[in-house]
Amino acid sequence: MNIQRIEEMATRMRRIILDISHSCDHSAHIGGGLSIVDIMATLYGAVMQYDSKNTTWKDRDRFILSKGHGALGYYSALAAMGTIPDEVMATFQANGSDLTSHPVMNLPLGIESSNGSLGQGLSMAVGLALAAKRKGGQYRIYVLLGNGECNEGAVWEAVMAASHLKLDNLTAIVDNNGFQNDGDSCTILDCGNVEERWASFGWNACSVNGHDIKELYRVLVDRGAKSRPKVVIADTIKGKGVSFMEDTNDWHHNRLTRKYYDLAIQEVSES
Amino acid sequence: MLEINARSARQWSRLGSRPMLGQAILSLAETTEDLMVLSADLGRSSGLSRFRNAYPDRFVNVGIAEQNMIGVAAGLAKEGFVVFATSFAPFLSMRSSEQIRMNMGYMGLNVKAVAIGSGVSMGFLGNSHYGIEDASIMRSIPNLTVVSPADCGEIVKTIFAAAKYEGPMYIRLTGEANIPIVYEEDYHFEIGKAITLREGSEITIFANGTMVYESLEAAKLLELEGLSAGVVNMHTIKPLDTSMVDKAVASSRLLVSVEEHSVIGGLGGAIAEYKTALQNAPPQLIIGLPDSFGTVGEHRYLLEKFGLTAGQIAEAIINRHDDVLS
Repeated sequence: MNIQRIEEMATRMRRIILDISHSCDHSAHIGGGLSIVDIMATLYGAVMQYDSKNTTWKDRDRFILSKGHGALGYYSALAAMGTIPDEVMATFQANGSDLTSHPVMNLPLGIESSNGSLGQGLSMAVGLALAAKRKGGQYRIYVLLGNGECNEGAVWEAVMAASHLKLDNLTAIVDNNGFQNDGDSCTILDCGNVEERWASFGWNACSVNGHDIKELYRVLVDRGAKSRPKVVIADTIKGKGVSFMEDTNDWHHNRLTRKYYDLAIQEVSES
Repeated sequence: MLEINARSARQWSRLGSRPMLGQAILSLAETTEDLMVLSADLGRSSGLSRFRNAYPDRFVNVGIAEQNMIGVAAGLAKEGFVVFATSFAPFLSMRSSEQIRMNMGYMGLNVKAVAIGSGVSMGFLGNSHYGIEDASIMRSIPNLTVVSPADCGEIVKTIFAAAKYEGPMYIRLTGEANIPIVYEEDYHFEIGKAITLREGSEITIFANGTMVYESLEAAKLLELEGLSAGVVNMHTIKPLDTSMVDKAVASSRLLVSVEEHSVIGGLGGAIAEYKTALQNAPPQLIIGLPDSFGTVGEHRYLLEKFGLTAGQIAEAIINRHDDVLS
């Protein structure tokens, strides 16, 4: 794995996120999009079996963005891979666009499922992983959740099911940025030690710096223990890459005006 | 292969809707390689024990977790499996309502959600287990097809048709053991195509589920009173077979809908929504469960309590018919 190539991809993705957030002229989920960029770049750029020109390839690894509001991180990865063309990216959050605030299933564009209602993606991922087991598919299922999303009780129904069904072809990643819509997650609903919680449900759990591509790659290619699903708790910074967006909830869903766009794009270009 | 004849109809009626579901699924498995059946810890209550024993790899008990069940079903359907997911009507249509909306409605994934014990058929289990509002809720979700079979034979027809049907579906089973028999011989069943069971010149009764039988009996009673009432088995609530409503509007002085479901938003609501745009349409009498959480008891007791037996249906129709004519 060429770390520099993935880092460059991540930088390109951050630029795309800022570009389309600005040009769409509406509020967008920028903070939670930026926090997952390095995870998405590592997955699509290095870890997943993925053919950017053949999105229906039977043996592709499946990716589900359970935290649907991370769409900017998803679209920018698919754009950087060459799956979503520039002219489609330019329609982000335009009237009638295929690219809205939350993903809408569109396999030609590489979008595997519709999301936006939190706490549902892991269940579908369990179904996909079970289907692969039943049909002998050699591909892997990746699903990305938000830490706030794990407030949803249905997440834990799926967590139990995955370990009960011994789905070792499933990797969940928690974007653990410490925030959710109303602010700091620990003050809203303290989730304690996230890694321990998943581990206590029988998952093969580990934590990683969610912005260290080398580390992300190491834990994501490792398939973990046999007969157990794997979860990677990725400690991330909401708004990562733009200093005034980092570790604040102000950019959870906000409009990127010209003034802030200019400031932001300069930082990303320099990095 | 399950064949409808006088003998099997009697046997199946004795079993009731839930064991019949299990039999239909067991039979379906013989010819459907990619079948997967999910239950939220109600495999036995859904008549699926024999299926589970015969095909352990095709059955998943997800535990008491309906929301997860629908998501898992959707993932399996996305990979090409023919998926049935079952639970009691309220747990399926309400607990996992939003999962059904996202996965089956929004994404249109090919899951068949089978609601057991709908209407007031769950007797002493009480209103927590009754399906009073499910058709109304499920019908309002885009892309969903909603079917409510009339008797055990039609449960078989529905399950086999559902397996071949591309698209998400909510199947609503009413009636318990000794469910009255509507069909004693094989017939043509097609999702979305209502079936005229009896011709009548003055009144048309639309019914589904257990109310098809009651409506047929009611029509006989009406005949004794000199009123000619037709009966249509509107097994598919959505998409509504509007051609059948058109026909009734053109020929009848009174339309009646009868369902073991709330008078709000079910079959009656669907017909009324369509009919309201038609010119010179006759009035409609909506017969169903009242908009309330009523008392609890045996199925037959409750049908009587709520005015859903043949005699009560006939009486309500006569009263309304007199009003219309006067």
